[in-house]
Amino acid sequence: MRVELRDIHKSFGPVRANDGISLTAEAGTVHGLLGENGAGKSTLMKILSGFTVPDRGEILLDGAPVRIASPAEALRLGIGMLHQDPLDFPTLSVLDNFMMGRPGSRRRHGLAGLLPDRRRAREALRALAAQFAFSLDPDAPCGGLSVGERQQVEILRLLWLGVRVLILDEPTTAISEPQRVKLFAALRTMAGQGKVVFFVSHKLQEVLALCDAVTVLRAGRVAGALEAPCTPGQLVALMFGRDLPHSPRTGIAHGPPILELDALAVDDARAPIADVSLRVRTGEVIGLAGLEGSGQRLFLQACAGLIPAAAGRVSIAGRDVTGRPYREFLAAGVAYVPAGRLGEALIPGLTVAEHLALAERPGVFVDWRAASRAAAQRIREFSVRGTPRTPVQDLSGGNQQRVLLALLPQRITVLLMEHPTRGLDVESAQAIWAHVLERRRRGTAVLFSSSDLDELLEHSDRILVFFSGRVSAPLDARHTSVEQLGRLIAGEEPVGREMRP
Amino acid sequence: MSVAGTSPLRTIATGVLGLVVTAACGAGILSALGASPWEAYRLIAAGAFGSPERISYVLTAWTPLLLCAAGLLLTFAAGVWNIGIEGQVIFGAVFATGLLRALDPGVPAWAGVVLAGLGAMLGGALWGGLAGALRAYGNVNEIFGGLGLNFIAGSLTVYLVLGPWARPGIASTSGTLPFPDRLWLPTFAAPPLVVPGEAILGLVAIGLVAGALRGTQFGLRLKAIGKSSRAAYIRGIPVTRGLLWAFAGCGGLAGLAGYVLVIGAYSRHQLFPLISGGYGFLAILVVLLAGSNALAGILISAFFAAVSTGSLQLPLQMHLDSSISGILEGTLVLLALFMRGMQARLAPGEGDR
Repeated sequence: MRVELRDIHKSFGPVRANDGISLTAEAGTVHGLLGENGAGKSTLMKILSGFTVPDRGEILLDGAPVRIASPAEALRLGIGMLHQDPLDFPTLSVLDNFMMGRPGSRRRHGLAGLLPDRRRAREALRALAAQFAFSLDPDAPCGGLSVGERQQVEILRLLWLGVRVLILDEPTTAISEPQRVKLFAALRTMAGQGKVVFFVSHKLQEVLALCDAVTVLRAGRVAGALEAPCTPGQLVALMFGRDLPHSPRTGIAHGPPILELDALAVDDARAPIADVSLRVRTGEVIGLAGLEGSGQRLFLQACAGLIPAAAGRVSIAGRDVTGRPYREFLAAGVAYVPAGRLGEALIPGLTVAEHLALAERPGVFVDWRAASRAAAQRIREFSVRGTPRTPVQDLSGGNQQRVLLALLPQRITVLLMEHPTRGLDVESAQAIWAHVLERRRRGTAVLFSSSDLDELLEHSDRILVFFSGRVSAPLDARHTSVEQLGRLIAGEEPVGREMRP
Repeated sequence: MSVAGTSPLRTIATGVLGLVVTAACGAGILSALGASPWEAYRLIAAGAFGSPERISYVLTAWTPLLLCAAGLLLTFAAGVWNIGIEGQVIFGAVFATGLLRALDPGVPAWAGVVLAGLGAMLGGALWGGLAGALRAYGNVNEIFGGLGLNFIAGSLTVYLVLGPWARPGIASTSGTLPFPDRLWLPTFAAPPLVVPGEAILGLVAIGLVAGALRGTQFGLRLKAIGKSSRAAYIRGIPVTRGLLWAFAGCGGLAGLAGYVLVIGAYSRHQLFPLISGGYGFLAILVVLLAGSNALAGILISAFFAAVSTGSLQLPLQMHLDSSISGILEGTLVLLALFMRGMQARLAPGEGDR
């Protein structure tokens, strides 16, 4: 089956997740979909698999336009999706999961149609598993299997349902190397049978190894489409754009070390971090580069005291705060600005003045007049488009981010920011960085994560690159190019384990 | 959970519209039963407001609702469902009864009454705090924890009434020996009305809670926790402590309702099994409708009290069961929630926050 997507648009509020995407995948090919997080890959595949309805655009299967309103309809059309995290029923057996979602046989009537034909299913499972050299015990509960085996069950289930277009969303994130090899062989086999396989990834090596054609997305648009064979350099250029001239660096003197990490390790099921040692000095900026989910968030939250370190030590201004409660980190002057502006950083439903009153905490009673006055003043200072009585969810992203900075306490020793300018217009982004600069002059050390390589190179003194929980030695931002950084992020060059303090 | 975000005006408008549709639904049910809706509604109104005495009964039914609603405003603000409120009412009643049995006649009657009130608040607060602690530390959803605690509290009253606190010579579930009238809460004459003293207590309580939610750091923090406990935590607000205080505060006010049910001016002046009598659950419906608006809570609980009291006339005059009040109240709440759901559906983006 040939799959064509034409001019697909999808917006979530002000965010244009898909902004006129067109691509064609021929029958019998593995089609790679490459791009940064937020590039629009997942949205596009959710549209194709019926989870999301596009605002505009057309989907054609073998040249015939179709409307896909639900995942069930997608399955009827022969489109199935393997999700990043297994969407199975862990307490049920492999066989039960395999049979899930299969409509009752049409040839049988009466009660017989209601009863699943387990014997036939068992045979089908064995035959399909043999075809792809998967070894699965039909009676084992799915919950006891590895993620890779659960993927195998799900793939076989979709094939038994008659899927001719298989979408895989980051399938290799949590599986072992032998399982990956088996998976890729199976995908090649399926392509050989004339099926279309969409392979969503941000790992260059895998895309290069597996795909017949690649479409690279950036910021909701098609950055380019390539046929195999292509080079990593071509893909990196399409994924991250070109080198831009950087504005001159502002010389800020770095003071004594303020945040010291000593062989820090953080536990996580997906991308645990091991053995990071780092000394950040006052006024210094450390950029955290890497694809999302590579460990930057974990790292920032460990520095903020929100999650405990599994091993190693964290010291702030010379005081060991390892394992201390979050409020002691706050008292030590740590401020964390998470990426989720609503629901993590700001409290939806409360106004700007209410946030300020919470942040100031003067006593038992709230002096609303003073809080409103103070809020109005901060709103002027930070040029927020809004009033003290505006609920924060009614502000635009840029204004929310300004409010976040306006709410920070006067004195901060370490400022931790996740994607501080994501989704913001240029003017807002500049305002944010101007404020951060002001903070640095007063001696605040800054650590921030970003997926904008130019931003990382422009504002950081040193950069740590995260790849699957591995952390590079700090790179000097002045002597690093966008290309170099892009290659490290995509895992094209190995990211070292060893760290220099 | 987006109820708390609606404006007061909208809440009231929804309420009025709900009332009209509810009356129409009730009329339909009554007609189906072969009764005249107008006659029934007239009887309910007359039963509630027909004489000064009846108004006193409405005020008596109103008070526990007010106290429970006041408490639930706290947990509602914090974004949790204190289903355990019935058990907290019972624990207040049990603590009050126990204290009065122990103190009277050893201490002056007024001191016993005051101490019993404080004890009732303590009892309710402990039982509420337990539900909160189960949630905060044991990861037990407050709805299931509350249900379990309600059963325990209910069984406790049966045990006490039949066992240690049984009336001398009789083993009956009807209740403990009634307290003498020196231990009853006072009434105030406001001719031609006689106002039970506890009604004033209820109004003061809900007023204080409304003030605390509006004008104190505690109230603001509860609101922050209710809107997003994750963001509140990251902003440095002690979430666990806030939740525990919300549960304890709600339990304390519910305990006070239990105290009023034991020695209120027109109460039975005794502890009897399941003394909470559904007031806590009814108050949950009140707060569901009122959202975070205390004034709406006062009006809606007054309305519920009037309908419940007034419909007691139906069996006497029309051979209908008084449970029609339950049907009317339930219909009203369901309709209001339905209308809110439809509003959210018609204005997407506002409903699913």
